[in-house]
Amino acid sequence: MDELTSVFIQESREQLAEMEAGLLRLEQTPDDASGIDTIFRAAHTIKGASGVIECQFIETFMHRVENILDALRNGEADISAALTTLLLECCDHLGSLLDVLAAQASEPSADVAARGEALSEHLEQFLSAIVPTQEPAARTNLAAQDDDGEVESSGGGVVNTDSWHISVRFGPNVMRGGVDPLSLLRYLGGLGEIIGIETVSDGLPPAADMDPESCYLGFEVRLQTKASKADIERVFTFVSDECDLRILPPHSNVADYIRLIQELPEDDMRIGEILVRCGALTQAEVDHGLQAQHEVLLAQGESSGGADTTAASPAPLGAILVDSKVVHKETVEAAIAKQNQVVDKRAREAQLVRVHADKLDKLIDLVGELVIAGASANLLALKSRQTDLVEATSVLSRLVEDIRDSALQLRMVQIGDTFNRFHRVVRDVSKDLGKEIELSISGAETELDKTVVEKIGDPLMHLVRNSLDHGIEPVAVRLERGKPACGRVSLNAYHDSGSIVIEVSDDGGGLNLERIRAKAIERELIQPGDTLSESDIQNLIFEPGFSTVETVSKLSGRGVGMDVVRRNITALRGTVDVASVAGEGATFTIRLPLTLAIIDGFLVGVDKAAYVIPLDSVVECIEHKDISGGRNFLNLRGEPLPFIRLRELFEVGGQAPARESIVVVQFGGQRAGIVVDQLMGEFQTVIKPLGRLFAKLRGIGGSTILGSGEVALILDVAALVNMVSRSEETLLYGHRVASPFALSGSNTVIRGNEH
Amino acid sequence: MTESRRLALSQNLTIYQALEQKHELLDALADADELELDLAQVAEIDAAGLQLLILLKKEAQHAGKRVSIVAHSQAVRAVIDFCNLAAELGDPLVIPACEAS
Repeated sequence: MDELTSVFIQESREQLAEMEAGLLRLEQTPDDASGIDTIFRAAHTIKGASGVIECQFIETFMHRVENILDALRNGEADISAALTTLLLECCDHLGSLLDVLAAQASEPSADVAARGEALSEHLEQFLSAIVPTQEPAARTNLAAQDDDGEVESSGGGVVNTDSWHISVRFGPNVMRGGVDPLSLLRYLGGLGEIIGIETVSDGLPPAADMDPESCYLGFEVRLQTKASKADIERVFTFVSDECDLRILPPHSNVADYIRLIQELPEDDMRIGEILVRCGALTQAEVDHGLQAQHEVLLAQGESSGGADTTAASPAPLGAILVDSKVVHKETVEAAIAKQNQVVDKRAREAQLVRVHADKLDKLIDLVGELVIAGASANLLALKSRQTDLVEATSVLSRLVEDIRDSALQLRMVQIGDTFNRFHRVVRDVSKDLGKEIELSISGAETELDKTVVEKIGDPLMHLVRNSLDHGIEPVAVRLERGKPACGRVSLNAYHDSGSIVIEVSDDGGGLNLERIRAKAIERELIQPGDTLSESDIQNLIFEPGFSTVETVSKLSGRGVGMDVVRRNITALRGTVDVASVAGEGATFTIRLPLTLAIIDGFLVGVDKAAYVIPLDSVVECIEHKDISGGRNFLNLRGEPLPFIRLRELFEVGGQAPARESIVVVQFGGQRAGIVVDQLMGEFQTVIKPLGRLFAKLRGIGGSTILGSGEVALILDVAALVNMVSRSEETLLYGHRVASPFALSGSNTVIRGNEH
Repeated sequence: MTESRRLALSQNLTIYQALEQKHELLDALADADELELDLAQVAEIDAAGLQLLILLKKEAQHAGKRVSIVAHSQAVRAVIDFCNLAAELGDPLVIPACEAS
């Protein structure tokens, strides 16, 4: 696929998302005129760009969509629920048309085409329904034209033409960039009607110098259209750097044309002739304008002593004409306002750079290596005991840290876009189910790594659908229970000690504990005699093959949902939990690490091996005075703190030193202590994945390379905290579980670390 | 050097062939005082092709020779029409009866 097409697809998808968001907003606030403008602009941009890349099936379809949007924009039709649904379907269809293009097929498949036809028919019906109301609109148009007529007579110098004049000179590289200037012009014709066109070939060099792949052509076009200047400019967006574009609005005055003549590279008289030929000006107007300019020049030359007429700068013709009140003020102001809008938009666009994600990943990989190499240099500097060298390396490592942070920041995106997709889901699903549900979003500006964002979409979709389908009760039941008829599903996100927390909650019926329990026994996940805490029972829904719904609906409840959700989230080193209050609703909480690449770590040692604890989860370090006895508990300022001995957990041999330390860590509101031999300080940690062999290892999140070249394991704080509290819970309940630290038989591998 | 020569282009007149065709066309012009171009087989023409036709006309004018397009394909005619170049190129355009209506 050529670059132009892929850019088109990407940008169209963005515009499509904007259209969809706009439609949903419009449904909420039908009076908001700016809403319909946004949608129209998005649709129009897609249509325009599809014309440029000559993708007919999209252009045709978008043209029909645009017709109805135009009617909406002009107030000839009112937005209705049926129309919104239809337009949303059109968005979906456009999405599948883009898929067709992305798959490099030349034509949409039969069923896609059929759907397009059906939608077009619906659009036609809507359009024909609003024809009767079109007349008043036409009349106002006429009125507007009458106004123009008056202005014309008062303005004096206004050229008697009601069409735009577009003057374009294509740069040499336009055709090499894959754009055929002719197709741009043809598309321009699609905006309205081309009244006259002149091809300017004066730029063509002699045959010997002429490169047939360069473009030397220019065009003078008169175009009758209702489109705005921005619309016309947008036609040339793809080549905006490469072409010299001048646009004169309808009813521009002679001065503007004269200025145009002088700005253009060709000889003044020649351009004048061309303009006359394409009907923009009359010969008299050209002669008069050029004559006036010439006289001013002469006058200036005389006033400056007549010595050097060449040095005298020509007075801007526009200024002269403003002085003599020929210029039509409103037109100028309107044009300036419009130009400013365009400039603003350009400026906003200029603040963003599109970068291929691969390049970013490569950069972050490199930064990772830099961090490791920096650590190694640091270590050597410390060993050498040269103060200067130590100072230099410490400055260097601070800079490396900054680079690391900003590199990672590059990959951070707001979660809002992911959340906003669910407006549509909630709308469609609640219509399907006959429920009234609203979606509330908070924390949309919370940032997280792009790679995480991409992978979190599916699990979130599952959870939201689950809440819509199973969580929120039917309206009748809700009213019976004294709740508002309109259910609410909320998405929330926030940062919490190095993780991002995403919550999906509903105010529905909550989980049915009895049913889950019965089902779990039926599936032999638990034994009838087992005592389980409430949260244990609730979390059973994440087990494979678990579904409490009797009937399989098309949305969820096929029994393949929640375990997939959990698997996906675990793959991202995250966790998912559910908390539910019967009759009040359920909340699913997803915790994910902010980044998958580099973290600040806290280095601790047990025997000869080093371990890394993510610094974000470290609360404090305390001295561990010899606490013997069976209970792994400690009184920390009046609070009980369960702890775990790393030496025991990983079955590290050797004798513990006299003074051990406890690192207090926190995860998901729970605290736990980790007993280690020594504290070795902060360490920038580049996370390297563990091999497949270690996939089932619990308590270890990954590995990293120290400055000395040794490998250190990264502790999975979430799992450790979980283990600690579980083991205490088991003790409390008097249960005996085979091993609280289910290491899946990988003990030997871990011990391998000592050698 | 021959008095007049007829050249029939069978390929498309687009950017992809432009480099080759520039040489082909200029060589043909160098060889003859009067060049007749048959473009009936040109299925596609873009700005690059159009530019070549203009170049050829200009070169001929400089050298005091004559280039005339004696047959247009539908695509060539459409482009010349669209760009309003019929007068400048100065070749009679034959509009088939079926399209004229």
